[in-house]
Amino acid sequence: MFTIDRVIAPVLGIAFALALAVSSPVIATATPLAEAEKGAVAEIEQAIEGAVVKVAGEDEKAAAESIQSVPAPKQVAVEEPVEEKSKSTADHSKFEELDIDFKSGPQVTKACLKCHTEAAKQIHKTKHWSWEYINPDTGQKLGKKHVINNFCTSVKSNNTFCSACHIGYGWADDSFDFTAEANVDCLVCHDTTGTYKKLPGLSGHPNYETIEWPPHSGKFRPPTDLKQVAQNVGPTSRKTCGTCHFYGGGGDAVKHGDLDSSLTNPGRYLDVHMDSKGLNFTCSTCHVTDEHEVSGSRYGPTAADEKGVLVPGSQDPRNPTTCVACHGNTPHPDKAAKLNDHTRKLACQTCHIPAYARSTLQTKMSWDWSTAGKLDEQGHRIQLKNSAGKVVYDSKKGNFTYDRYVVPEYQWFNGKVNYTLFGDKVSEDSVVKINEFQGDADDPEARIWPVRVFRGKQMYDKGLQTLAVLHTAGKDDAAFWGNYDWDKAMEVGMRTAGSEYSGELGFVSTEMSWPITHMVSPKEDALACESCHTDGGRLAGIDGIYLPARDRMPLLDMIGFGVALLALIGVLIHGGIRVILAKRED
Amino acid sequence: MEKIYIFKRFERFWHWTQALLIIVMMITGFEIHGTYSNLGFERAVELHTLSAWALITLWVFAIFWHFTTGEWKQYVPTMDKVEAMMRYYLTGIFSHAPHPFRQTTLHKHNPLQRLAYLFVKLMINPLIWATGLLYLFYTSWESWGLGWLNLEWVATAHVIGAFMMLIFFIAHIYLATTGHKPMSHIKAMITGWEEID
Repeated sequence: MFTIDRVIAPVLGIAFALALAVSSPVIATATPLAEAEKGAVAEIEQAIEGAVVKVAGEDEKAAAESIQSVPAPKQVAVEEPVEEKSKSTADHSKFEELDIDFKSGPQVTKACLKCHTEAAKQIHKTKHWSWEYINPDTGQKLGKKHVINNFCTSVKSNNTFCSACHIGYGWADDSFDFTAEANVDCLVCHDTTGTYKKLPGLSGHPNYETIEWPPHSGKFRPPTDLKQVAQNVGPTSRKTCGTCHFYGGGGDAVKHGDLDSSLTNPGRYLDVHMDSKGLNFTCSTCHVTDEHEVSGSRYGPTAADEKGVLVPGSQDPRNPTTCVACHGNTPHPDKAAKLNDHTRKLACQTCHIPAYARSTLQTKMSWDWSTAGKLDEQGHRIQLKNSAGKVVYDSKKGNFTYDRYVVPEYQWFNGKVNYTLFGDKVSEDSVVKINEFQGDADDPEARIWPVRVFRGKQMYDKGLQTLAVLHTAGKDDAAFWGNYDWDKAMEVGMRTAGSEYSGELGFVSTEMSWPITHMVSPKEDALACESCHTDGGRLAGIDGIYLPARDRMPLLDMIGFGVALLALIGVLIHGGIRVILAKRED
Repeated sequence: MEKIYIFKRFERFWHWTQALLIIVMMITGFEIHGTYSNLGFERAVELHTLSAWALITLWVFAIFWHFTTGEWKQYVPTMDKVEAMMRYYLTGIFSHAPHPFRQTTLHKHNPLQRLAYLFVKLMINPLIWATGLLYLFYTSWESWGLGWLNLEWVATAHVIGAFMMLIFFIAHIYLATTGHKPMSHIKAMITGWEEID
């Protein structure tokens, strides 16, 4: 007995020491918080050191050298200039240079360039102009000029229509002069009147004559009053950016899901930053623009930024268009400190954008081209609509489905994207990933992202085993949207893309991924813990992590609860016998 | 009937506070584990964490008390009469056989209790604490040089500890009714005074 005492005493002593040791983390919790405060200073220091970091769609060296590559902190909400008084020091309506009855867009541009001498040169360097982006990781040639998507599929051979969203005048085919300064369209981004519209089919020009619009509608659109537009230019706005970005894919809310015309004047519920009665951000508040190059592109996205806040004035060529650039990596208050642990694995958007397309507008969810081309008995185009008035079948395009309040899909994403481009081998055996997000749980650059996956079925050349370029739009007799002849349209499309059509048309299932990053909800609408911490929750399909309440060892649970149950039964029987015996004695 | 003063005021306070905290932690813990939904994950985590810190604080005091009072000797294991105790619970208890162990202030736990409590204090508690604290501070593992750890292992070990505690809890509550009268032990734990034969 005495010897055992001497053994046990030190053991209990260790237990005591352990108790003291474990109590110290109470103090330790304060340390990371203090560090968070120091973080901002550290980040400035890192920025000054000019550590090499990812830059979205810019030449890193040029960005680093340029003094003006600093994200502008001065951008103040300038909204709905139609009603608000302009804060500009220049009233363009007083300029003689603009007091002209302009006959064409390029004529206006020449007038703009008299004062803004470098503007067109800046524009010429941007993705908005070139529609081209070389992915530095993969070397892939991307941008609208090269990519085949699963909406309208391809710009190639369809420029006269697609150029309605090009910030230039006259891109009808490969002969377009990308070096001509007068070809830059200043007005589409700087119009404040809301009257300037580039219509499909006019190769990026607005209409200078009266035209029937929409075609065959019996409605007529008068010529654009270019003088009026030119005299009222101003900063870009949600409306001007939205002119193209809200209507991508052929209509309002079609393409992005998280960008549509409801963001022109959104409430707080729809977007906490753009809330027109609140913070009233414009697109460029986040998409900080320098020398006309707009930051933040899904061609070169930033999935995670370990460096945290990008302090205004910093020379760090990081992407300023991230949540982290303003909010840092520990944005939650001390009382919700556990949430800050999540930023190691989750993109902010995952919790803070619980659903996209959160307005009355429906976004397109799928597009099946394989049914396109059916005509009625008179050989006319068919359009079928659903009860909400949305077109669900169109002879030009095939079948569509729609949805709103869409819960995103979730996947690991490290910012690297691989595209399936023209010429890459595809087959009907598997779903073709138009673009594939890279990354997994072990990748320190990867976060779990909310993703819109747009599913489609689209043309491919069976003989060449490549995604097809289809000549859809145009006034010629080969355009599919005029003549519904697949082979003719394929021949022209494929030739424009640089191949000869094999003559065999097929349809492949495709998926295109879009990171969801707009329509940020107010914090009270962010996802609750149990959205993911549960069986079959939002992150049910995410592998490589242990997620409490989703993950457990079923065998351990069975043994644990089994033994507990046996213990319970044992004591009940034991107790039962005692009770019965006690009663008998009475 | 004889009464002896077994449990001092701090001991009783320690026991019942600990009981409450452990019950709260079992309820919230199995919710965090995903066994059921009750308070909601966020609230469960908050309560579980809060209770954990409260229990750790309580234990720091309890360990201090055990050493300063020498009460730690109550848990020194002995095999003496263990067999007799087991025989008593299996048969003697039903036939009013005399209890093989006589409680005194110096020996307030019977040999089986000594073993069981020692097991709780040296095995179950440290397991739950160590894994629980690791769980709580998993973002710091790398800075602590524990980058090789894996949350799944830690969580699984924590759950193993929780099951052991649950099983102990069931047996403990039942055995609390096996005193001189069914309520004797429980009253003693409340008042400090135990009725003995």
